[in-house]
Amino acid sequence: MSNVLFDAPGPRALLRHKFIGVFTLLLVAGILTFIVYRFIETGQFSAAKWELFTFPLVHAAIFDALLATLKAFGLAAILSLVLGLILLVGRVSKHKWINVPTYLFIELFRAIPLLILMMIMYYGLPPLGVTFVTPFVAVVTGLTLYNGSVLAEVFRAGIESLPKGQAEAAYAIGMRKTQVMRMILLPQALRAMAPVIVSQLVVVLKDTALGFIVTYQELLFLAKFYGSQARYDSPIIPAAIIVATIYIALCLLLAGFAKFIEVRTKRIGPRAGKRIKLDGEPPVDPYLADPRALGAQSRTQGA
Amino acid sequence: MDTLLNNLDVFVDGFALTLQLFLWAALFALTLGTIVGAMRVSPIAPMRWVGTGYVNLVRNTPLTLLMFFFAFGYPKLDLPSFGYTQLAIMALSLYTATYVAETLRAGINTVPIGQAEASRAIGLTFGQSMSYVLLPQAFRAVIPPMMSVFIALLKNTTVAAGFSVAEAGYIRANLSERGEPAIVVLLWVALFFVLLVAVLSYVQRVLENRLKVAR
Repeated sequence: MSNVLFDAPGPRALLRHKFIGVFTLLLVAGILTFIVYRFIETGQFSAAKWELFTFPLVHAAIFDALLATLKAFGLAAILSLVLGLILLVGRVSKHKWINVPTYLFIELFRAIPLLILMMIMYYGLPPLGVTFVTPFVAVVTGLTLYNGSVLAEVFRAGIESLPKGQAEAAYAIGMRKTQVMRMILLPQALRAMAPVIVSQLVVVLKDTALGFIVTYQELLFLAKFYGSQARYDSPIIPAAIIVATIYIALCLLLAGFAKFIEVRTKRIGPRAGKRIKLDGEPPVDPYLADPRALGAQSRTQGA
Repeated sequence: MDTLLNNLDVFVDGFALTLQLFLWAALFALTLGTIVGAMRVSPIAPMRWVGTGYVNLVRNTPLTLLMFFFAFGYPKLDLPSFGYTQLAIMALSLYTATYVAETLRAGINTVPIGQAEASRAIGLTFGQSMSYVLLPQAFRAVIPPMMSVFIALLKNTTVAAGFSVAEAGYIRANLSERGEPAIVVLLWVALFFVLLVAVLSYVQRVLENRLKVAR
């Protein structure tokens, strides 16, 4: 293991590290044991609380709720990518009357909390005579408006990270503005930003859980419903455990995919200065590290 | 305008609670996040495992689910009881701490490698090179993304509205009892959030310009 932050530890330091390491593991094990102990003590693992989840009908309902979550995620993901591209075109336009409104649109929808956006759709619009707003519509529009705006900025960062010569060369061989964007800049930008885009999709997936608050009948909504069944001893913690497992597994899968793309694109990434590698992972070839990773990540905070 | 002025008490209470949630959660998240971030770069392998495990697990959990656990699950465990507000602060802190940790780690990664090599060459220990050489430089690089984390935290406080915390996101539910039109109330709430975020972004830009170093 090579690391620049500290010398290779000698025998005494190794012993000390081992000691602290064991202590850390014991501490964490202790905390986890305590939580599990509280679960057992309060009967969270009793058969009565889990009986509900052995029924095939309940399995089917959980599956339906999972589909509802995935449906909202899939549609919102596609729509926000489309919206992101549209906003990008407006954002890089040279005309002020397109450029400025787009900028304001993006900043506005990035600043309003996603939940408030969903509430405006779900509680605000129906009294005004808008009838088509179901919880599903509210969740998907909210997710699309927010993540579309974020993605537009991600795309733009991708384009700005490209060497200037790319656009200049394209103009020099007589391409029009649309052609430069479509054939030269966008393909490279999308490729460079692929990991960030997929991470943003993880955010979309996570935020579908907000639908619970505007009564969209997804996984969390179902967990609350089953968790309050007094006839089965109100198994809210078992229900939460089941739903949490599903959610975390889905997100980890998607996040793993983002990591996979990142590792793949790193091989062809542009040159960058040397950076300290702290993970204890083998040091990456300094010419292949990605200088945009920090700025890009900070821009894609989830709601 | 009438909707706002006639119900100023509810709006003020709501946003006061939102700011409380924000400040407490920011404080705890910064503390916990710094510890976890330090663990992730520590020379001791088990500490790195714990830090990485925590970040990966919590980052891939929806905040709503975390709040769900705290608001509905925690009271069932017969532990010392807390109000919904305190439980919401815990969930927000645990969630935001992972982002703080990642931001700090990314900040340390921006310091040129020669700085670490040089500090080691003159015989500084891990703790010394961290506190005298690397962290002061990383700090500058960390400020703007850290402000983004806090802006996200401010917006995330609204999730607590779904779990019986009467903060800004809950104003609509309170005022629907007084018969106010939901859309007007929600647009006011949205406007105040836009203003709050604008203030934070302004602070972010000022700090960014002041701390910028040419490399």
